[in-house]
Amino acid sequence: MALCATMSKSQVRAMAEENKATIVVFSGDMDKVFAAFIIATGCAAAGMDTTLFFTFWGLNAIKTGAPIKAQSFLGKMMGLVNRGGIQRLNPSRFSFGGIGRGLFHKMMSDKNVTSLDDLRQTLVDLDVHLLACKMSMDVLEISRDDLIPEVENVVGVATFVKEAADSKIQLFI
Amino acid sequence: MNVKVDMVQDSIGQLCPMPIAFLAKNMKKLEAGQVLTILADDEGAEADIPAWCEQTGNQFLGQEPDDGFVRYYVQKSG
Repeated sequence: MALCATMSKSQVRAMAEENKATIVVFSGDMDKVFAAFIIATGCAAAGMDTTLFFTFWGLNAIKTGAPIKAQSFLGKMMGLVNRGGIQRLNPSRFSFGGIGRGLFHKMMSDKNVTSLDDLRQTLVDLDVHLLACKMSMDVLEISRDDLIPEVENVVGVATFVKEAADSKIQLFI
Repeated sequence: MNVKVDMVQDSIGQLCPMPIAFLAKNMKKLEAGQVLTILADDEGAEADIPAWCEQTGNQFLGQEPDDGFVRYYVQKSG
């Protein structure tokens, strides 16, 4: 188009940007998942089409919490020590072998902060897309059944790139 | 504030991001021109509710202090 020829590359790019937000949830730390969920809630509440990509340890935030049905010996061991489930996430600091988690839960409920569980449900209610990374699921031997049914799809990097390229906000947490 | 209120959202006791999450949900239920009142005691809401309105193009009509909380008035745009 003649119009496009007169526009700079950045102008063309700006036109492609939609009202979208894309967040990679790499960490399975309770506090970082909290940050990701709160930002995602804000984006969705502001009318942005919001997508969360869960990869590696972040997958723990969308696991059912039931025992992992892995096949190999290593996969089974990994499933034991890294069972996941939103209730089992530990904070990135002051974890104290699981005690810190309880302390954080107590401090947050005392302050009436919404739990991670409820926050995740809020995301679902606000139509945030929850996507899981296929490759890290393969590595950690996590199957679709180990993830909560709200997970919309199991995808690869190309899906992330497509969404991120259209997004005004891209974060890696 | 002398406006006709169509819906009231009780966010007293709620912290970020819940007042905004409920605000977004409730505004979907309203028609253009209708007014939502949010009752909130979270100090963050004072900056967040006008910011949300600016971001989404809805009209922030103002706020009124009450007994231990603040009333915020938001009008849905067309």
